Amino acid sequence: MSALQVFVDGVGVWSPQLADFASLRSVLEGQSPEPPARRPAAATLPANERRRAPESVLLAVEVAGQAIAMSGQDAASVACVFASSHGDQAITDYMCATLASAPTELSPIRFHNSVHNAAVGYWTIATGCHAPSTAIAAQRASFGAGLLEAASQACAEQRPVLLVCSDFTGTGPLLEVTGCAQTFGCALLLSPQQSGRSIARLRLTLTSTRPCSTLGQPLADWCEANPSAAALPLLALLAQGAGSCQLDAAAQLGLQIDMEPVI
Amino acid sequence: MTPLAITAHTATSALGNGLTAQLTALQSARSGLRPNDISSVPLACWIGRVDGVEAVQLPADLQDWDCRNNRLAWLGLNQDGFLQRVEAARARYGANRVALLLGTSTASIGATEEAYRALDADGGFSDDRLYAPLHAPHSLTAFVAAALQLEGPCLTVSTACSSSAKVFANAERLIRLGLVDAAVVGGVDSLCDSVLFGFNALELISDEPCRPFDAARNGISIGEAAGFALLERAEAAPDALQLLGYGEASDAHHMSTPHPQGLGAELALNDALARAGLDAGQVDYINLHGTASQKNDEVEAALVTRAFPARTRASSTKGYTGHTLGAAGIIEATMAMQAIEHGLIPGNLGGDTPDPLCGAQFSWQNEHQRVDVALSNSFGFGGNNACLAFARAGFVA
Repeated sequence: MSALQVFVDGVGVWSPQLADFASLRSVLEGQSPEPPARRPAAATLPANERRRAPESVLLAVEVAGQAIAMSGQDAASVACVFASSHGDQAITDYMCATLASAPTELSPIRFHNSVHNAAVGYWTIATGCHAPSTAIAAQRASFGAGLLEAASQACAEQRPVLLVCSDFTGTGPLLEVTGCAQTFGCALLLSPQQSGRSIARLRLTLTSTRPCSTLGQPLADWCEANPSAAALPLLALLAQGAGSCQLDAAAQLGLQIDMEPVI
Repeated sequence: MTPLAITAHTATSALGNGLTAQLTALQSARSGLRPNDISSVPLACWIGRVDGVEAVQLPADLQDWDCRNNRLAWLGLNQDGFLQRVEAARARYGANRVALLLGTSTASIGATEEAYRALDADGGFSDDRLYAPLHAPHSLTAFVAAALQLEGPCLTVSTACSSSAKVFANAERLIRLGLVDAAVVGGVDSLCDSVLFGFNALELISDEPCRPFDAARNGISIGEAAGFALLERAEAAPDALQLLGYGEASDAHHMSTPHPQGLGAELALNDALARAGLDAGQVDYINLHGTASQKNDEVEAALVTRAFPARTRASSTKGYTGHTLGAAGIIEATMAMQAIEHGLIPGNLGGDTPDPLCGAQFSWQNEHQRVDVALSNSFGFGGNNACLAFARAGFVA
């Protein structure tokens, strides 16, 4: 088999400009939707966890919760792939700054929240999910690599898979290096079979790298400012109905995505 | 599942560079642990440090990637003819038909720590430390992709200490779906302040060499390592060791302590046995996660005792290498494979006064017997569990 076919049953989006997938659709229609509250609500987390969790976790959980709600799936049984190019940059900045000045004063909570799989860990704990979960990174190709991983898991295991890709804005000296100046997160619920909730059918084909699909404003700027926003060409297709786009899945590998609406 | 052939593998850790060094150390029950001599300020603990990493020189065209973690990766790739085996696979299948899937918990965070210790007067990274791809979780895999000139699917799995076990599962799916013909899997983690002072802050580090499953165990010893394996379809190499199955599951319990009944670990074990078509009685050896932390060993000992017959042998090898975190999965997978190849059940080094929770399955000294099937357990923070099943060529469950 040279192509993967999956159905999109749920979509989640959150950024300082976008409260959800409907907000993205209205931006694409030329409107200016109401921006969300300053912090992602992340309603899936119990209140005490929501207070303690880092904002990067709130972001990932928020978009995951949106996609699951739209899909009608039971989160407890859905395998999950959480992708992020940089993980929690605020914690990395804190850790490196503290290690440079007073290493023995490192906070144990910040350290355990520093693992790349912190967000998926919080998610599986909050949803009682015992299914396989993973956390991946592939720099600016993190969304494409995550999509390939989630789709291959959905097809190979014949089960729904939740894909989350999110990066929170950087802080401190690290920001100059990562260039991640704006928060963006998104999620897709992928299913190997069409259901009543399916909104689109995706056909994914590996290709040699070609330029990624271009975007109009303001999406192009968002894409520039956050590696997870590399998902936007696909999210825009999903909002608009049909078409094709090209994303990076690795430094030397492209992902051709052909989308058809589900009748 | 249809078994896959493991056509090459290699390991570099505190036990030495390559498989022969590892086997020799296991055979002679020689630990690679030593008093900590690497943190930026003193920290009293024992570590599994790889000798000679500082002297490794990356090829000239890969200099941008220079850091301890990538030097360790390059040192590891250069053992056991591994580079040549990958080159042959690349020539046979094409660079875009070979996946690269590596696990790491910290990648080159050590280089980011160094940059923070040497900030410019204006508070930013100095000009020689601005290579952005080095300061990201994917830096290990991006470096190895460049070094191996691979152009297929490429990603970093970072699920703490299960990372480089889970990559076998990613590889199997891609090969089964026909997206690639081969996959390089593995993992690298190197010693740095983040992990030493991080685990110290969690009060999980022992001030003596770790003693997995000892009644008086009091914490982990952290190590560093690089390990890799090449996976291909079984028909490409009928005489090679095989990946028979794998299992993955989540605890859904707590970020930094395992499920008290080992629920996720047992789900991963059952998934691995089911995929492999095995029942527990057919398992000859289990390389345990066995970190020597109070809770992990308690939960894992109970799982082994209830799930396996007395004839199944089980041990942790963390007393040899230390806990190599994101590299633990691949290093211990190579030990499970060596158990099959050499009929060696490594003794549970450091377990001098066995915890009474440990059943008859535990191997406290080296044992010698035929091993057809070996498992390797890996559990990570966030309740992320993986179990791998390996078998000798021609084994039929």
